[in-house]
Amino acid sequence: MAQEPHIHVDALTVGYGSFIVQRDLSFAINRGDIFIIMGGSGCGKSTVMKAMIGLKRPVYGVVDFGGESFWSAAPARQDVLKRKFGTLFQAGALWSSMTLAENVALPLRQYTDLNDADIRELIAYKLSLVGLAGFEDYYPSELSGGMRKRAGLARAMALDPEILFFDEPSAGLDPISAKLLDDLILELRDSLGTTVVVVTHELESIFAIGNNGVFLDATRKTQLATGDPKRLRDEATSFVVRNFLSRGTAEGDEQDLELARPPSP
Amino acid sequence: MPKIRATMNRWQRIGEHVIDEHDGDVCQEGGTPELRVSRDGDELHVSFVGRWRLDSDLPPADAAVDQLRSSPLPGAVRIDASELGAWDSGLLTRLVAIRRAAIAAGVRFDGHGLPQGIARLLDLAFAVEAREDARRERTSPGLLVRTGETTLEVWNDLHALLRFLGGVWLSARRFARGRARYLKSNLVLHIQEAGVEAYPIVSLLSFLIGMIFAFVGVMQLRPFGAGIYTADLVAVAMIREMAPIMTAIIMAGRTGAAYAAEIGTMKVNEEIDALTTLGLDPIDFLVTPRMIALVLMIPLLSIYASFMGIMGGMSVALVMLDVGLVQYVQQTIAAVGFNSLFGGLFKSVVYGALVALAGCQQGMACGDSAMAVGQATTRAVVMSIVLIVVSAAILTVIYINLGI
Repeated sequence: MAQEPHIHVDALTVGYGSFIVQRDLSFAINRGDIFIIMGGSGCGKSTVMKAMIGLKRPVYGVVDFGGESFWSAAPARQDVLKRKFGTLFQAGALWSSMTLAENVALPLRQYTDLNDADIRELIAYKLSLVGLAGFEDYYPSELSGGMRKRAGLARAMALDPEILFFDEPSAGLDPISAKLLDDLILELRDSLGTTVVVVTHELESIFAIGNNGVFLDATRKTQLATGDPKRLRDEATSFVVRNFLSRGTAEGDEQDLELARPPSP
Repeated sequence: MPKIRATMNRWQRIGEHVIDEHDGDVCQEGGTPELRVSRDGDELHVSFVGRWRLDSDLPPADAAVDQLRSSPLPGAVRIDASELGAWDSGLLTRLVAIRRAAIAAGVRFDGHGLPQGIARLLDLAFAVEAREDARRERTSPGLLVRTGETTLEVWNDLHALLRFLGGVWLSARRFARGRARYLKSNLVLHIQEAGVEAYPIVSLLSFLIGMIFAFVGVMQLRPFGAGIYTADLVAVAMIREMAPIMTAIIMAGRTGAAYAAEIGTMKVNEEIDALTTLGLDPIDFLVTPRMIALVLMIPLLSIYASFMGIMGGMSVALVMLDVGLVQYVQQTIAAVGFNSLFGGLFKSVVYGALVALAGCQQGMACGDSAMAVGQATTRAVVMSIVLIVVSAAILTVIYINLGI
């Protein structure tokens, strides 16, 4: 029996004004997947993610959550759908005028009827999950980049979302912190069953955590392949994909590389 | 000291020696740099002689490049570096120019005469073709294009402004119905920042303005024996016009600019995106509380500024005129009617809304760089002051027509 996809993206085209960043993206993300949106720098990975988390209306196409189209829903319904996912932004995007505790508390206070004592306990629990127990009263500016990212994750998890989005989780982190974050992502998926969508170009992360993914290409402005990154590395028909995933050491004919260039006008 | 210098010189020489040895070249500084170009049948010989470093005056590569641009073209270019001394990037730039010209002319480039280090660097420079589409066009667009682009820009800005105003209107309705999601503690904080903390500067400036008005009044009215009317002048001018305008301008520079910078920085840090993804409306959360704060506090500050201005005027009048405290106060009370009080108060409500709107709008429209935050702040202040003065003029005309 085929599994019902958790997120379904169909014919998605994103861009700014008349400038198209990516076109015709179609892929399905299953429940419990760690799905990687990969591709070279500047290929529009983050823009695609923005269309998925409701920050940027796509030019065309559908983003489905459990069979419900996000962009054709009414604004009030969109707000409800948004609460089902949490997002970790590239630099954490913590609200800098609030302490960590206040950051994590904000979604809880807005969307739950918990009393202060319960909220305090929840904050302590979420912060301890990301290894920041005891940092409740610190301001984001007092933390290192890696700690800010983890705090951002604690906030993203505040409402126990079904889906977690990560924008370049390992960017700007030292190898150990990046590894710890990867382990944390795996742990969250395994223990909470969260579906995870990660935007990244870090090969180590891609192979360490990803079990599904889509490869976006900057020159052709569309997806070149979908599937398990490890399988794509070895079996993808596109030379560009194999070359990227093997750090530029793939064997293949230049012909294929030639094909990757946009058709001349 | 001389000893140290001698040691440093020796180190420098050793350093150069090491570099040269690394290149497999003979350690030699060489004399004046020279570029010798000669034709040997079908072959163009280019020899680099002497010390080719950027700190010496290097000859241009034109002599060789010109040969590659004019017919008859040579069949090949051969580089000779047997008399080359020390070298750095200065040599490479000339070699790159010659090789590029050779490629453009379809002439074979023979770099076998170059030391290994130079040859490798040169190959590296040509390993990746220059991306033609990556070069930015530097041509300035024509008048028609610029006019069109500016028109579109203004049109888009206007659109964004209207969308923002619509958003604020909807948000204000949500606040009125008590259905907005925001932090009450933030609202209190904004009120405190825009209220109590602005008192010192508002006190100082309005006191001084009151004094200035009183000086002018005394000098002009005393010759007619009407010096006591200075009290009327100061009171009416402060309450109706100057206190609201001065308070609003101070608050534009102090608080409006801060709003633009705060919201702009939040935008740069993706903090606003973080609010949106949680289903929180950034206007409910950031803009409307700030607007409420300014719309409440600017009128209050303005009343206080009027009071301070009258105090300033009184201090001048009591010293320069032959009037008593009681007489001055009575004259002031008689001069100020309900119309002046209400008129001034209404103006400051309008100014408060304008300062908050300008600050927040510029913050929300901020680009995503540090420079954009600076620009947003500047624009917020300029926009507030222009809006304040324009609306002051409009309101004054309306008041006159209404007989207020």
